[in-house]
Amino acid sequence: MAMAILRRLGQTLFVLFGISVLVFLVFFATPGADPTARIAGRNASPQTIARVRVEYGFDRPLPVQYVRMMEKLFVTRDLTSYVNRGEKVVPEVFQAAPVTVSLVTGAAAIWVLAAVAMGTLAAALRGTWVDRGLMMLGLVGISIPVFWLGQVANLLTQSRYHDSWLFSWVPGLGYVPFTQDPLGWFRALVIPWITLAVLFVGIYSRVLRADLVAVRGEDFMRTARAKGLSPARVLLFHGLRTSMITFVSLFGLDFAQLVGGGALLTEVVFGLQGVGRLTYQALGNLDLPLIMATVMYSAVFVVIANAVVDMLYLLLDPRVRDGRA
Amino acid sequence: MTTAFPSSPAAPSSAAAGRASAGPWRTAGRVLLRNRGAMASLAVLALVGVACLLAPVYARDVAHTDPFTSNVAGTVMLDGRQLDIMQPNDNPLHLGLSPIGPTWRVPAYPLGADSQGRDVAARLLYGGRNSLLIAFSAAALCIVVAAGVGIVAGYAGGVVDAVLSRMMDIMWAVPVYLFAISLSIVTVSQGLRIGPFTVASDNLLIPICIIALVYVPYAARPVRGRVMALRRSEFVTAARGLGVPGHRIVLRDILPNVTGTLVVLAPLMTALALMAESALSFLSIGVQAPAASWGTIIQDGEGLIYTRPMVAVAPGLAIIVVVLALNILGDGMRDALDVRDGDRGRG
Repeated sequence: MAMAILRRLGQTLFVLFGISVLVFLVFFATPGADPTARIAGRNASPQTIARVRVEYGFDRPLPVQYVRMMEKLFVTRDLTSYVNRGEKVVPEVFQAAPVTVSLVTGAAAIWVLAAVAMGTLAAALRGTWVDRGLMMLGLVGISIPVFWLGQVANLLTQSRYHDSWLFSWVPGLGYVPFTQDPLGWFRALVIPWITLAVLFVGIYSRVLRADLVAVRGEDFMRTARAKGLSPARVLLFHGLRTSMITFVSLFGLDFAQLVGGGALLTEVVFGLQGVGRLTYQALGNLDLPLIMATVMYSAVFVVIANAVVDMLYLLLDPRVRDGRA
Repeated sequence: MTTAFPSSPAAPSSAAAGRASAGPWRTAGRVLLRNRGAMASLAVLALVGVACLLAPVYARDVAHTDPFTSNVAGTVMLDGRQLDIMQPNDNPLHLGLSPIGPTWRVPAYPLGADSQGRDVAARLLYGGRNSLLIAFSAAALCIVVAAGVGIVAGYAGGVVDAVLSRMMDIMWAVPVYLFAISLSIVTVSQGLRIGPFTVASDNLLIPICIIALVYVPYAARPVRGRVMALRRSEFVTAARGLGVPGHRIVLRDILPNVTGTLVVLAPLMTALALMAESALSFLSIGVQAPAASWGTIIQDGEGLIYTRPMVAVAPGLAIIVVVLALNILGDGMRDALDVRDGDRGRG
């Protein structure tokens, strides 16, 4: 048990190192132009370029550049943007994080509830038109680009039906901090939550249904039925509980990926000033230090979150815990 | 699953099976043909593909418009009346101009014009060519690379497998879209120079390679799992025992048995690639102006969403139709080929 956790920790450290090297290489060793010019931004003066070259060690070998970069990102945290002169990049990322976390958490609550309801209902009514209809609905949800859905949601709630009773409560685009106005926070985020959740409702309801159907034939399900439990009870307390294992591990991965940048498109469409929108704005004016910071911090967050989920998993699942599976 | 060892004619069961079924591929094909959803999807895909291929015909011979140049001063004939393409706004003061809305009349701007007065219908068809070309090429490239990685890792095992698998783990740990965005921003700003070769920043090869690369770990995992199972199977052990060289085993025994997994992956990877392409283009780091893709048209339509929603709505619907068809086709192919890959996640 302790060994397993230690091994997982070692793996995590290794992946963290690997990711930092990968991201570094993408930004600094992609064949093409001089990385100095990329960091300094468009139309930089020769003095700026010279300063950047020395500051980042671009006149030194790659490993030195790598160490210098990591130091700026994680130790001294004084990576500065050359587009928005003098803006420290790392604090900016941390300031935007609560918006992203608010968005993803609410969406996650919606998608878990909706997916469990849809998946269980479809599995219970397996083979009927309800089952087929729900699964088709899920597939449609998977096929909709989220940035398009967001625009259509804006069109309906902000413009076309904004004056009707249906959507008159929807405030203009933008974020309201929870600490300032909890109700305003909720109203500002409901539509983005639903928009972001649609894709995942589709995926999770389909995965859950497949798992529930697969688990029907297991011995413990037969035993539960044989001892006279009602079908609903067997499905909910025996089937669903087992199927939730896949569901939960998938959830950990997706939640981390979304907080770490996957919600970018949703944030852009709804004008929510989170980490994703920060990245998007940096794309617009080629603010490379900012993009690098968001990508690096997101990747690190994803890896650590995955490791935490894995270790929880080790603690929770007796089969994994005892090394039987 | 299919087995690739030469069936001995002496075995009575296999002889009987040989008469009853005409090989695994033909059986799968027959199952797929009976799947109405999958066939409808195939028809829809073919229809969309042909329509997009005919884009130049529509633009040149039907609509007489050039969808790549600004046309804000242009006019269009509708019901015998000459209409300006940029029209006064509907607001009470008639301030500002909006492009003409959908007329639903071919060839007179059936889906309206975008903010530069270009025919949205023509751009939709041209955009579809780029979107579909990128999606299919990226999926094909991704599957070829993933097959290589998966087969080498799964068959070689040991250190080779450990190194390749760790590399895949690391790549997959970076959120897919962020990885693609990072690669795109670096290449889109300046293009790519590898030795004597220069790839211009608006070359479609850039998004194709980027999308293929970021999804390689996703596609390689099921291939590796399948190959590892095959390596332990009896017919591979037998071939080894007979002294068949490794590369021959891979080509003759492993590869034919992995094809099913690869074929089933194809529509799903194409769907993922199309989604990724449209997202990158929407963020203006995919297909570069003035060329169009469904993602760039949605981006063009963002500013017009409240006044001329059709500019953004139409390409979105096109994406949904194609991705949905690909997903239904993928489901059908998986059922037909009976490929079960338990632990495959999603993108």
